[in-house]
Amino acid sequence: MPEIVKLNVGGAVNAALARALEEMPETLLYGEDVGKPGGVFGVSRGLQKRFGDRVFDTPISETAMLGAAVGAASFGRRPIVEIMWIDFSLVAFDQIVNQAANVRYVSEGRTAAPLTIRTQQGTAPAACAQHSQNLEALLLHVPGIRVCMPRTAQDSYDLLLSAIACDDPTVVIENRTLYAGTKQEVTVGQPIAPIGGHRRPRSGDDVTVVTWGAITQKVLDAADRLEADGVGVDVIEAVWLNPFDDEAVLESVGRTGRLVVVHEAARTGGFGAEVVSRVVESGAQLAVPPRRVALKDSRIPSAPQLAAALLPQTDEIETALREVVRS
Amino acid sequence: MNDIITRGLDDLSAMWRIRALEEKIRELRLADQVVGSVHLAIGQESVAVGACSELRAHDALYATYRGHGWAVARGVPPREIFGEVLGRVSGVNGGRGGSAHFSAPQHGFHGENSIVGAGAPIAVGAALAARYDGSGRIAMTVFGDGAMNQGAVTEAMNFAAAFGLGVIFICENNRYSELTPINDMVANPDLSQRATALGIPAVRVDGNDLAQVRTAVRLSVESAVAGRGPSFIEAHTQRLVGHYIGDAEQYRPAGELDADREVEPIAALTRTLLASGVGQETLDRCERRAREEMDRAAAAALADPLVDPATAKEHLYA
Repeated sequence: MPEIVKLNVGGAVNAALARALEEMPETLLYGEDVGKPGGVFGVSRGLQKRFGDRVFDTPISETAMLGAAVGAASFGRRPIVEIMWIDFSLVAFDQIVNQAANVRYVSEGRTAAPLTIRTQQGTAPAACAQHSQNLEALLLHVPGIRVCMPRTAQDSYDLLLSAIACDDPTVVIENRTLYAGTKQEVTVGQPIAPIGGHRRPRSGDDVTVVTWGAITQKVLDAADRLEADGVGVDVIEAVWLNPFDDEAVLESVGRTGRLVVVHEAARTGGFGAEVVSRVVESGAQLAVPPRRVALKDSRIPSAPQLAAALLPQTDEIETALREVVRS
Repeated sequence: MNDIITRGLDDLSAMWRIRALEEKIRELRLADQVVGSVHLAIGQESVAVGACSELRAHDALYATYRGHGWAVARGVPPREIFGEVLGRVSGVNGGRGGSAHFSAPQHGFHGENSIVGAGAPIAVGAALAARYDGSGRIAMTVFGDGAMNQGAVTEAMNFAAAFGLGVIFICENNRYSELTPINDMVANPDLSQRATALGIPAVRVDGNDLAQVRTAVRLSVESAVAGRGPSFIEAHTQRLVGHYIGDAEQYRPAGELDADREVEPIAALTRTLLASGVGQETLDRCERRAREEMDRAAAAALADPLVDPATAKEHLYA
């Protein structure tokens, strides 16, 4: 039965994992420190106690963890694997790109890999360059892998369950800066939605912003400043990046004629370039050239003041929006 | 005929089926009817035949791109293998896998893998699943000596050992890591010691000796079924052909292939059976029947329709 509870993002992830383990007996939950310690961010706390050996700790062996997920998934399990930092997935990219993504296609659907990789990314103060990257575009370049990026507590709950229930290998990219945020009202226990779709946390007719992940909050702050001046910003939060909701973007751009894409990931080769390309290729009539606001192509320094100089800030987003609206 | 001779003739036929299939594929490749990379295991047939004879139907085998023989030994129909390498609708994966990456889970053949060492962690997952589904399934992963230098294999072995999972790791040591002698790439040529160091019982066998292969695999299966975890078998063997069709094999020392042809498993078993009193005619029949079967299967596959380009995007997502 659906009910409303107060949860922060970490709590919402925990609630979703608990529900999946409860309702889908084929699920397994494992990763480095997720069992007894309950995860380095505490999101799997209490689950091993409640679900026993379906929740366990693993060696620091991402390749073995993900390979085991591919194998177990092909035999009816539904593994949920935590990759503690998305940066760590790089040591096991073979199992994601060469293995999981190929299982269904190459076997003509005789085998599948219904596994979920839960990970987190993002730039946080004084994380080192190897714990700061936003790598969603690497995964989005790989047909066969589903990708979502929840931000709110509600989406953290809903999208994780949709990912787990989905029969494709799916990567859920969370953001560690959001786990311990304030509690929000979250509706739990409702039917699990299929994957896909978008959110529209602000509506307007003057400019379209397509964004995803934690930086959406900065976009909303910028949008509120423009709203105060009577400029309506249509914010499309692409919580699902594969499948991507092209229709919602094209509908919005069709109304506004103006497009800004904002992401925390590096500008070159980022998914923002793909969004812009799709809009341009659709023949949508843009009043002004589309804009991207993204990490200035760079490695990410540890010192917060250095990192801040490279990352898109609310002021920069606001400026981009005002310039696009004025043109 | 006594049981030992009957078994010997069965084994000889089983090895000839693999060799005849691979020689036919080579012929088709050289005629450009098969295109792309093809890796043959000619000379290594005994490891596949011996190991698969000890597996149960519900066990899961993970092979490598040099996997045609393992597929045949698991019971994948030759016509479907020919169809696969020829890009026909009869192909076991409808032409999506090709020579180096096909699978037939319905025959317990969970696939070749074109990434060296990558099948080992996946096999660990098949055994992990068995811990929850009560099937009693065990997993076998076979790879070459070169794969021992991939981190994935070490990670997989430790993962299986740490959790006591029923995985049999078989290293087919054919002395060459692709085009490079394995002994030039390791300081310790006893590859089995890597497993021992991880707490996995390990044994080195003469891969040309079917009895040795069988015994090692049987003990490993029993151990896994009894819940005693993984085992490792290093089977010494030789490939009588290049790493791939077209490999100039300039790395081979003079005389090596001649010596290998003396000990390779079909020659060795043929000699043994002759010495046991089996007639040459009976032995020749094993080869002839295998070649006839593969000629028929290849001809049938060649007559099958090519895969339909309109289906190229199917099966990408659920």
